[in-house]
Amino acid sequence: MAENIKVAYWPGCVSRGFTPELHGSMAIVAEKLGMELVELDRANCCGAGVIAEHNQELADTLNARTFALAQQTGLAMMNICSTCQGAQSECQQRLDADSAYRAHINEVLSGQGLSYEKDKQGFTNKNFLWLLVEDYGLDRLREQVVRPLSGLRVGPFYGCYIVRPKERLGYGEFPDRDVYLEKVIEALGGEVVEYDGARKCCGFPVITMARETSLRQAGTHVGDALDAGADCLVTPCPLCHLNLDMQQPEAAKVVNRDLGLAVLHLPQLVGLALGAEPKELGMGKHIASTRWVEERLTTGAPA
Amino acid sequence: MAEYTIKVRRFQPESGEGPYWEEFNVDLDPSLSVLDGLLQAKDRDDGSLAVRCSCRAAICGSCGMKINGQSGLGCKTQIGEAQELADKQASAAGEDSGGNSIVIEPMGNMPVIKDLITDMESTHWTKIRRVTPWLLPHGAPPEREYVVEPESMIDITQSMACIQCGACVSSCLSMEADPEFIGPAALAKAYRFVGDPRDAETHERLHDLAEDPHGIYDCTHCFSCIDACPKGVAPMDQIMRLRRKAGEEGIEDPNSGHDHEIAFVKIIEKKGTLDESLLLQESFAPGFKGKLKPSKRAIREMLGSIPTAIRGIRTGKMRSLHKLIPGVHPKLPDQDDVKAIYAHAEEHSEEFNLYIKGEEGELAEENVEKGIERSTDPDTAQEVKNG
Repeated sequence: MAENIKVAYWPGCVSRGFTPELHGSMAIVAEKLGMELVELDRANCCGAGVIAEHNQELADTLNARTFALAQQTGLAMMNICSTCQGAQSECQQRLDADSAYRAHINEVLSGQGLSYEKDKQGFTNKNFLWLLVEDYGLDRLREQVVRPLSGLRVGPFYGCYIVRPKERLGYGEFPDRDVYLEKVIEALGGEVVEYDGARKCCGFPVITMARETSLRQAGTHVGDALDAGADCLVTPCPLCHLNLDMQQPEAAKVVNRDLGLAVLHLPQLVGLALGAEPKELGMGKHIASTRWVEERLTTGAPA
Repeated sequence: MAEYTIKVRRFQPESGEGPYWEEFNVDLDPSLSVLDGLLQAKDRDDGSLAVRCSCRAAICGSCGMKINGQSGLGCKTQIGEAQELADKQASAAGEDSGGNSIVIEPMGNMPVIKDLITDMESTHWTKIRRVTPWLLPHGAPPEREYVVEPESMIDITQSMACIQCGACVSSCLSMEADPEFIGPAALAKAYRFVGDPRDAETHERLHDLAEDPHGIYDCTHCFSCIDACPKGVAPMDQIMRLRRKAGEEGIEDPNSGHDHEIAFVKIIEKKGTLDESLLLQESFAPGFKGKLKPSKRAIREMLGSIPTAIRGIRTGKMRSLHKLIPGVHPKLPDQDDVKAIYAHAEEHSEEFNLYIKGEEGELAEENVEKGIERSTDPDTAQEVKNG
C-alpha cells in the first residue's frame, strides 16, 4: 500500500492522562510516516473491561458510539492501546454477531445522530502496531529509518488484550499478530531480546485490588528482561507502561531486586529510528531512566 | 508421514538428579496429535517416559501439558500445528524458520511428579474443594427430581463443560505471581453453582469469594485461561460473572474490587473519559463516607501511592492540576450523550448476548431455531419479545 494512510484516531484515556508522552510521540511519528490522524476527540472511554464486568450492554453501547463516530469520518479506526483494542474488539464481536442487538443499541445512538453499521468488509479498528505491519508495511517502514537501532537490545511486551483471546482478535486472518513487535524491532534495526514475559500480564488490572500480585508480575517481567540482556522494553499498551515503568520502583521492592529498565511506548521506539529526538518523544517523562537507551543510540551504534 | 523432533522436559525423582531436556525423533502424520508423538517415543525409544493419558479424544482431561509454552491437551493439539508454532516462535526470535523442536513441558503452577505428570491434588483439586463444588439447596428436597426451566440453566452450561484437565490452572498468570489465588478452574466451578437456580447459598458463596484476598478480585484479566481451555469454558468470563453477581448482591469486599468497579463506571458516566486520580481515590475511599472514615487499607494504599505521584510530578508526566486533583478532569463536550447511553443500558439492561461468538447468524439463528430465549431472565426475555 503506497498511498498515504488516513485514519480515525482514538488515543484512549491513559495516553492523555498518566502517559502523555505516548499521545505526543504518536503525533510526531504519524507526521514522519506521512499518516494523517483524524482525532476522535468526542469519543468516550472503552471501559477497559471494567464497565463490561459491570454491565455488558453499557460497555457495548459506549463503544458502539465510538465506532459510530469513526464511521462518520468514513475512515478505518486506529487505537494506540492494547487494552482499548481488546475491550473494543470484544464489544464489536457482540455487536457484529446479532443484528437485533445492534438495532437495540442503535436506538439510543440514533437520538444522537449516530449509528453503528456492520458493513460488508466489517468495521476495522486496529492498534498502531497492527496498522504499521499490515497497512503501512515493514519494507516501507525500513526505508524510513534514518537512525537504525543497531545494537539496541529490545524486549517486546505486548499486553494481554492484544494477544488473547486469539479467536476474537483476528488471528485467523492475521496469525502473526503475536510476533509483530519482533518484526518491527528488526525492521528498525534493533535486536530482539527473548525473555519469558513478552506475552504475559503486566499486572495492572489488579493494582488497586491485589497490589502484591500485580507488582510481582511487573517486577518479574522487568527482571527477566534485564537478565536476558535487554536495554529496554517496548509496548503498544499504556496501561502496561504504567505498571512496568511508573510502578517500577515499587515493583522492585516487591521482587526484592534492583531494576531500572527503560520501557518505551511503541511510537517512541519507531520515532527514535525515524530520527526524532528523545526529548520531543517525551522520554524524559518516564520514571525508569531512558538515558542508557539514548547513550546506546548516540555513541554505540554505527549507522 | 513427517518427521518431527520433540524436546521433552524430563524429571525422574528416583534418579536424584534435577530436570533435564531430552529430544526424540518421531515419525507420524501431521494430523496426528502431540500425544501420539509422545506415545511413539515411549514405545520406540524410552519406555520410562511418563505421560498421563486415557481417552485420546479430549474427553477425559488427563493429558494436560505445555506445548511450545502453551497450555492445553496433548491429544487435542495436532503435531503439524505444533511444528508450525515452534517454527514461528523461532523465526520471531531471529532463528531458523524451519525444523525446530516442538517443546513439551509438564503443566505449570503445579509440582511435577515425574516427566509430564504433575501433582493435580496439591493445587487443582484442593482449590476445587475450596469452592464447595456441590449444590447447597435449602428446605426439604422435592418428592421427585428438582424441576428447573431449561432457560435458567443456559447461563451455566459453559462452566459445566469443564473436564478438570488443569490446562487453565497451568496457564494462569495470577497464580504464577500468587500461588494462593483460587484460580480459573475452581472459580469457573464456583460459578457453576452460583448460577444454578437450585442453589440456595448464592450470597454466601459470593461473599466468601469476594472477601478472600486470593478470590475473584485477584484475577488479573489476562485471558490466558480462555485460550488454554480445550472445552470453551472461558474461566475468566465466569470470574467476571462472579464479580458482576457479587456487585448485584451489594457485596462490599475489603479488596476494593467492588468499589473500583463502581468508581470506574461512575467516572465515565460523569466525565466520558477516565479521571485516573479520581479512580484511585474513589477505589479506596468511596463517597463521603469513605473520606470521612477511611479504612485502614484506604489510608495505607493512599499513602503508598504518594511516592509514585511524587515521581510523576518530578518527571512531568503528572504535572497538571487535572491529573493531580481528583475530579478536576474535564468532561466530554457532549457528555449528555454518554449519560443517555447509561440511562438506556440501565433501563433495558439485556443480558441476552452473553454467549454470542463469531459472525452474525451462526449462533443467534441456531438458538432461534431451537426456540431458546436469548435471555436467562424471564422478565427481560419477555421484554425482548415484546420490544
